[in-house]
Amino acid sequence: MSGFYFEWSFLPKLAQGLLLTVEITGACIAFGFVLGVLLALGRVYGGRLISIPCGIYIHFFRGTPLLTQLFIVYFGLPNWGIQLSAFLSGVLALGLNTAAYQAEYFRGAIQAVKRGQMMAARSLGMSRIQAIRSVILPQAFRIVIPSWSNELILMLKYSSIVYSIALLDLMGMGKRIAARNFNYFEVFVVVALFYLVLVLALSQSLRWLERRVRVPGLGAPGLR
Amino acid sequence: MREGTMDALLLVEDIHKRYGKEEVLKGVSFQLQKGETKVIIGPSGTGKSTLLRCINRLTEPDRGRVWLEGVEVTSRKVDINRIRAQIGFVFQDFNLFTHLAALDNVRLGPMRVLGMRRDQATKLAREELARVGLAGKEDAFPAQLSGGQQQRVSIARALAMNPKLILFDEPTSALDPELIGEVLEVMIQLAKDGMTMIVVTHEMGFARSVADEIIFMEKGVIVEQGPPAQLFSAPRHPRTAEFLSKITELYGETEG
Ligand SMILES: Nc1ncnc2c1ncn2[C@@H]1O[C@H](COP(=O)(O)OP(=O)(O)OP(=O)(O)O)[C@@H](O)[C@H]1O
Ligand SMILES: [Mg+2]
Repeated sequence: MSGFYFEWSFLPKLAQGLLLTVEITGACIAFGFVLGVLLALGRVYGGRLISIPCGIYIHFFRGTPLLTQLFIVYFGLPNWGIQLSAFLSGVLALGLNTAAYQAEYFRGAIQAVKRGQMMAARSLGMSRIQAIRSVILPQAFRIVIPSWSNELILMLKYSSIVYSIALLDLMGMGKRIAARNFNYFEVFVVVALFYLVLVLALSQSLRWLERRVRVPGLGAPGLR
Repeated sequence: MREGTMDALLLVEDIHKRYGKEEVLKGVSFQLQKGETKVIIGPSGTGKSTLLRCINRLTEPDRGRVWLEGVEVTSRKVDINRIRAQIGFVFQDFNLFTHLAALDNVRLGPMRVLGMRRDQATKLAREELARVGLAGKEDAFPAQLSGGQQQRVSIARALAMNPKLILFDEPTSALDPELIGEVLEVMIQLAKDGMTMIVVTHEMGFARSVADEIIFMEKGVIVEQGPPAQLFSAPRHPRTAEFLSKITELYGETEG
């Protein structure tokens, strides 16, 4: 058994990788949030004409491997004349993917809002869009926080696959360092710890957020 | 519009509604004067809720027409949201907005639908909450209120829109017996203040003392209608008498 040889001089490099990981995760989650909400609204309130395409989208992105999706975007799209940087490819592929998952969580949350809420809003003279904005979504967002938190944490970890398109995120940077000094074990353990710290910080902040916006009588389905 | 109906606040004409094979409403017509309180009674599954919802088109009637102060509600061209803003609706299970405190529940409509300024809407919401006896409960969320309090908030929510009439769909049916009185009291006061109301209820005490007219519905049609005194003492239709005696047995005569 050998000792733990981590060269601390690599820390700034890893920190740089960590920054990229945070950027990619943040961007793809934000993108996926907007698209996911739209897809969920399409699923629930769109007629067949809107709901079915949204469903196909969701099934496609949930039914195929993320890595395949990433390769289609990064290696495949250039064949169609669409050349995106590695960073954009990563954000786009991860964003399209998480949108599908987020859409399912949002759909569940929207459907968990009690039926009478929409009727009460409409009875006051609100349009459907007004009712969705002022009554349905504020409740759905609260209901969705726990499952949405899981998705955010999953995406943080899954974002490591962008190392495969030569991005120097936390994982990519670790791989590069280890390839030079052969301290694979030490480097990847440190990388793993970095992820762990991020995950812990994130889940803590999300729990704080959940408490912050909690309202009596509104919670995850089953917990109300 | 028909003769003699020009002064009606609400005119309901030949409303039909079918769910699948079942025709729930088979041509219901009546009218309502300003300031009048009409009580609708009838067995379960008779179409009372459906009828109320057809009036402001929360449910779309298949046939028939509704006018509110001479404006045809059922017209395809009408802006239904503007009509609904003038018709309050109080639900059996309250349907308060779960994520909003009482004050926000009441001022949401005035702000979002009537475009009222926030400070004005707040003042109004406080007044309406006080009117239903809930001053001091502004910051309570629905889940923190009793059923009776929730229903009173929902009445305040309807009132804040300054509606031309309010439709009540069994407003006390979801309440524990000891909470029914506080809601009925508010409704009685509203009737005294001249509010125009249609109330679906099993509370015969309320019907007897407040209603200008009672409509007895069964199987999607109006069987009989008339002033409470007449309906209770000398119903013309045997079904009315049967129903009234059954309902009094079942629910007693809660004081109105
Ligand atoms: N959205 C709907 N879809 C299908 N059927 C419905 C719907 N709403 C009501 N119905 C049916 O229409 C009939 C009348 O229902 P409605 O709720 O209007 O009766 P009600 O007189 O209000 O009864 P209750 O006293 O139980 O409230 C019932 O048989 C009911 O099952
Ligand atoms: Mg009913």
